[in-house]
Amino acid sequence: MGSYILRRLLQSIVVVIGVTLVSFLALQAGGDPTYLYVSERASTEEIEATRRALGFDRPLHEQYLGFVGDLVQGDFGQSLSYRQPAMEIVLDALPATIELTVFALVLALMLAIPLGVLAAINRGTAWDGSVTTFAMLGQSIPNFWLGIMMILFFGLYTRWFPISGHVPFLTPLLSGDFGTAFSNLPRTIYHLILPGIAVGTYSLARNTRLVRSSLLEVLEQDYVRTARSKGLPELRVLVHHALRNAWLPVVTIIGLEFGFLLGGVVVVETVFSYPGIGRLLFAAINQRDIPLVQAGVILLAGIFVLLNLVVDLVYVRLDPRVKLTGGGG
Amino acid sequence: MTDLPTATPARDSELRREFRRAIRVMADARWPVLAVIILAVAAFAAIFGPLLSPFDPNRQNLALRLAEPLSAGPDGTVFLLGSDALGRDVFSRLLYGARISLTVGIASITVGGSIGITAGLVSGYFGGWVDDVIMRLGDIQLAFPFILLAIMFLVVMGSGVWNLVLVLGVGQWVTYARIVRADTLSLREKEFVEAARALGDSTLSIIFRTILPNILAPLTVIASFNVASVILSEAALSFLGLGVPPSVPTWGSMLAESRDTLIANKWWLAVFPGVAIVLTVLSFNILGDWLRDFLDPRLRERT
Repeated sequence: MGSYILRRLLQSIVVVIGVTLVSFLALQAGGDPTYLYVSERASTEEIEATRRALGFDRPLHEQYLGFVGDLVQGDFGQSLSYRQPAMEIVLDALPATIELTVFALVLALMLAIPLGVLAAINRGTAWDGSVTTFAMLGQSIPNFWLGIMMILFFGLYTRWFPISGHVPFLTPLLSGDFGTAFSNLPRTIYHLILPGIAVGTYSLARNTRLVRSSLLEVLEQDYVRTARSKGLPELRVLVHHALRNAWLPVVTIIGLEFGFLLGGVVVVETVFSYPGIGRLLFAAINQRDIPLVQAGVILLAGIFVLLNLVVDLVYVRLDPRVKLTGGGG
Repeated sequence: MTDLPTATPARDSELRREFRRAIRVMADARWPVLAVIILAVAAFAAIFGPLLSPFDPNRQNLALRLAEPLSAGPDGTVFLLGSDALGRDVFSRLLYGARISLTVGIASITVGGSIGITAGLVSGYFGGWVDDVIMRLGDIQLAFPFILLAIMFLVVMGSGVWNLVLVLGVGQWVTYARIVRADTLSLREKEFVEAARALGDSTLSIIFRTILPNILAPLTVIASFNVASVILSEAALSFLGLGVPPSVPTWGSMLAESRDTLIANKWWLAVFPGVAIVLTVLSFNILGDWLRDFLDPRLRERT
């Protein structure tokens, strides 16, 4: 157990180092990064002075160590377009992104479990057929296109839902203003519904299939047959015997799912003009504001790594059968 | 090559029987037939796009901007699926978009598959530290949200079809490597591999001529699902403006452009490219499902 945790921790550290290395090289690979910081009409002396001031004249490995040293101290450099510390801007946008991601994850899992169960216990019927078809379709629709279609129908045609904007819930909550936070909550959710569905549908579809196949497998196990032949009511067999074992695979993927959703959020936020990290990244990409892109990517990747670490460690506690000596996890 | 029988079923009648079974499974399921037809149409559009398209996809006609589907201009030209904000024909652009989606999809799988299969074979056959290094590399890559890696790479290297293929391909290798490694591990000790070894075949020949042909089948399932997800990623990256240069029409970039006219309810600009993506991706997913059912020995008795 101890060595497993240690190995998993080491692996996470290696990943984080890899992320910083990739981000660092991103700034360098486009040529001399000095030119990102000076105006087009800058004189040679100005360029030289900026290069020296920002340390771009030093050898690469020194620059990298400096970069990591700054990161450790929370300094992600200045955003080129905002003229502010990049990490501050990204952190301001983080709560909105977390709200959207968590909403999409909850939506996906809350619906995936009943849908998957419905399909599995009615295997081969029209129920099963509809759920499976829906799941197949859900895995084939680009999340941003789904967003655009919902804007067209629910936003512009029926006018049931807002097509953009965000009402903060986490930000007032974290600053201790519970009154504002909870009076905002209904409107927060109202604004999250369309983007949440757009982000979550792919996961919903994938997890519905996962729950269905996982339950089908469990339902064929001997202990389920035993429970049935004992004359237990079907519902009891399902809840106490089958589901208890069918949900474990779902737990494993929550961490991965969260990371996957974060990826989807980047694109969907742009569609809904949702003020999170995704839209920020999109703007930063277009303005070639590399420090801001770096800060956003490193933060999202860091959250992803941390979350997977936590999920893996929790999973070890949940399922004693996990082979602690097996591959990294 | 020696005359030793390989484990690949090569007898003609057996192949023909397998083929007939494949068709029967497909016809029973119905959907795969539809998927094959859709993909055939998409491939046809991709290959013969220039011959089929009524207009140059980049020809602007500012007098006929935002024409509705099936509307005709004063000179009698008909826009089958309407025209966009610059008066370009949506149908012609869709046909050219099929090229990019299918090319990127299939080329990325080729890149990712080649890297992954080679890595998996080496990892499984040699084991030891080589195996450790390759598999840990894979773990590390999977611990990084792929779309972020792709964004980083494309921001730096610039857009372009081959950069897209490279980054999407590299994003896929781990899946192949893991499956190939597991299969190679179990085949390594089989008699026919022992036999090849005893006959003095070179390691390279054992790996690629004796082991590889026997593990290819399940990979087709993965490949089919992967083409689907790569096409989705390509569309998303193009939508973000990180795909191919703006002069090349793609389904993703068409959707990005459609956003500006969404409020004005120019629905055809947003609907058709999306439908094209969904149909293509859905077809690859259905095909993957069918292949899996077809190859899964547990399901064999039923067909």
